[in-house]
Amino acid sequence: MDELSQKLNKGDAMTAAQSPQKQKGPKTVDMDHVPNRLEEEEICLEVKDFELFYGDKRALHGINMKIPKQRVTAFIGPSGCGKSTLLRSMNRMNDLVDICRTKGEILFDGGDIFQRGVDVTDLRRRVGMVFQKPNPFPKSIYENVAYGLRIQGINKKRTLDERVEWALKGAALWEEVKDRLHENALGMSGGQQQRLVIARTIAVEPEVLLLDEPCSALDPISTLKVEELINQLKEQYTIVIVTHNMQQAARVSDYTAFMYLGDLVEYKDTDTLFTNPEQKKTEDYITGRYG
Amino acid sequence: MSQSFKAWFRKGDPWVWLNAGAVAICMVMVIGLLGLVAVRGLTHFWPHTIIEGTYQESDGSSYTLIGEVADEEWVAASRVRDTGVEIPADVKVVKRMLIKTGNRDITGLDFRWLIAENLSNVTTPADVMAIERREWGNFYGYLRQVKEGDQVVASGDEALPALKQRLERALDLFEQIHTIETGAIGAINYEQEQLRLKERSLKLKGKLSAAEEQSLIEERAALKERYQSLKVELDALNQQISRDSLVAETMGGKEKEIPLKLVVQIKQPNAMSLVEKIGDYFHQFWLFLSDDPREANTEGGVFPAIFGTVMMVILMSIIVTPFGVIAAVYLREYAKQGPLTRTIRIAVNNLAGVPSIVYGVFGLGFFVYFLGGSLDELFYPEAAPAPVFGTPGLMWASITLAILTLPVVIVATEEGLTRIPKSLREGSLALGATKFETIWKVILPMSSPAMMTGLILAIARAAGEVAPLMLVGVVKLAPTLPLDGNFPYIHLERKFMHLGFHIYDVGFQSPNVEAARPLVYATSFLLVAVIVMLNLTAIMIRNRLREKYRALEN
Repeated sequence: MDELSQKLNKGDAMTAAQSPQKQKGPKTVDMDHVPNRLEEEEICLEVKDFELFYGDKRALHGINMKIPKQRVTAFIGPSGCGKSTLLRSMNRMNDLVDICRTKGEILFDGGDIFQRGVDVTDLRRRVGMVFQKPNPFPKSIYENVAYGLRIQGINKKRTLDERVEWALKGAALWEEVKDRLHENALGMSGGQQQRLVIARTIAVEPEVLLLDEPCSALDPISTLKVEELINQLKEQYTIVIVTHNMQQAARVSDYTAFMYLGDLVEYKDTDTLFTNPEQKKTEDYITGRYG
Repeated sequence: MSQSFKAWFRKGDPWVWLNAGAVAICMVMVIGLLGLVAVRGLTHFWPHTIIEGTYQESDGSSYTLIGEVADEEWVAASRVRDTGVEIPADVKVVKRMLIKTGNRDITGLDFRWLIAENLSNVTTPADVMAIERREWGNFYGYLRQVKEGDQVVASGDEALPALKQRLERALDLFEQIHTIETGAIGAINYEQEQLRLKERSLKLKGKLSAAEEQSLIEERAALKERYQSLKVELDALNQQISRDSLVAETMGGKEKEIPLKLVVQIKQPNAMSLVEKIGDYFHQFWLFLSDDPREANTEGGVFPAIFGTVMMVILMSIIVTPFGVIAAVYLREYAKQGPLTRTIRIAVNNLAGVPSIVYGVFGLGFFVYFLGGSLDELFYPEAAPAPVFGTPGLMWASITLAILTLPVVIVATEEGLTRIPKSLREGSLALGATKFETIWKVILPMSSPAMMTGLILAIARAAGEVAPLMLVGVVKLAPTLPLDGNFPYIHLERKFMHLGFHIYDVGFQSPNVEAARPLVYATSFLLVAVIVMLNLTAIMIRNRLREKYRALEN
């Protein structure tokens, strides 16, 4: 919680959003100096020799990568390359698939998330996820955001009110919905719904946000809004985004990983990857030769 | 020609006609059935005209006849000839009339089939009166005198107003007597029985101390005192109600004295205006809904049966819904999908096809005798040898019907659960909710419309069921309602009445078929109406829920 509140203090957006958290502790990352090299970054998630099988089929072949803290990391690649699978492994959503097995490890906060005894619900709270299609619950806007909080046993009305407002401001949705908080969330537009889902996710104060093609079901204007939001959010959260849209990866991410048929082909800072790819496959993909 | 026919065929027109035809046949059958039941049942309450005429028997003798025309039909003359009635040879068909002549106590039969030809001088005198009695059915005749004791107090034209006034008093007294008998005295009986059970229970446990015995004796004495004072009151009322009587002349010219305490209502339908008839119609219908049955269920109302039906269906719903939903949640959400779950599912679906009488036998054997018997042994040893729960009753009937309708609820709920998009489950899980929290907070509320659909089907099936109920709790005539003012207010062990069984009983077990027939239609109509009402309630709730959880349509 401490670490989180430090993060919250740094962001301008968050100051404006009046975080209910109290300020304390020194800054850990210097925002003026954004290192371009992966080696200099503080690491949030580390994927080590990670393999994943659907039944007999191997979907991921020994992935090794480090996800830097408070940066946006994008996964790009053609359909079926395993980028969503890798993303969903990071908060163990793949557990829901009966025939799925894993090998290797993903380190988060110093421990392997696949170890026995790991509390999956706590992991999923700390590593939040936003899906391709907006999936608000058929409840009011307020109750959607409060859902995760209630799950954690927070039921006090004042605390809930504060946290809901804070989360909606964090997702740049407050101004649009503050007068109809108790209306059904399904009455919102697709873009608003997706930002509501993001608000719902950040309400439980995760450390990592996993975005699985968050804009693929949205119109261009809504997409723009979500991208702006991602830019704001990276000041407090580590963000991993899967996208089909290379322009989007170039616009929003600091680092980009190109995956192809279950392999991690190339992974470096976004500018270098798009301007000067090392691998032939990467170059072919970003120049549109396949995909 | 054949070319165009082929084209017509290929366009699919015959197919559309076939579909539409099937729907039309269904509609005709449903509307026809409901129409028949409604018309036959609802016209029963209309005040029928009373005719008076001279009927000539085939042996030449003739007599005066007073009664209502209940039915008319054309029959082949040969059939009538077989019964010994002479019909001219050139006549092929004859018209027969069913006349309700009432006066069963005088003539022995209250309905008779007559040849319409032989009835002459038909008039509808305005002052002929129909008197509905608590015993012996209707009386038809002319009012002559009103008596108080042996004293004639009014006769001729003054008789009717005097009768109306005195009848009102008699009905009022009857109501008072009824209230005391069923209310206060019923409560005393109940308390007395409780005292007896308490004493026996203490004796069985060997804890009957002198002090307690003393207090029991005192309580009994108090009850007895209460009873005595009520008895005095009741005797006084009985004496008062027996004061008046009326004298009426029957169709044979005989005079008949009828005590007013036996009269339910009087009317002169021939003298009624249309507005009065309409008013009387609704009054009769209301009496049918709100009254207790009389005379082996062939007269009076069906209130206990309506009450029993509704209460049983509500209890059944309370039992079957949680049970079915929990089972469906396990089958769909927790159980590993495989051959075993498939087998279970098939088995559950097939349960819906088991004849309902089998459930009745099962309910009688397992619930009533085994479970109920064990309950009695454990908790009600003091009542032995009289059973408490070890005998058919409301609770066992509800549980038996709950089992009968369980497959419907399970199937419908499962259907609803599968329709919930995966993305919503993932959304909830990704927020750190456990599977249980996800099911409880997102999935169950969203599948509630499907559960309501299941419940609607269950109600439709349960409310119309008769066969198993005959074994596990429904009786021809229940002395008390399963709900009353005596603690604990709901008496689940009591037997009850049911509209479906009432139809069977009145229609097929009745000593007076002709009198009962319109009641069969009326009761059927009522049963359909009750089912429709219960279903409409459930449908309204479902539509509300659907509105709330519209997500599935997106």
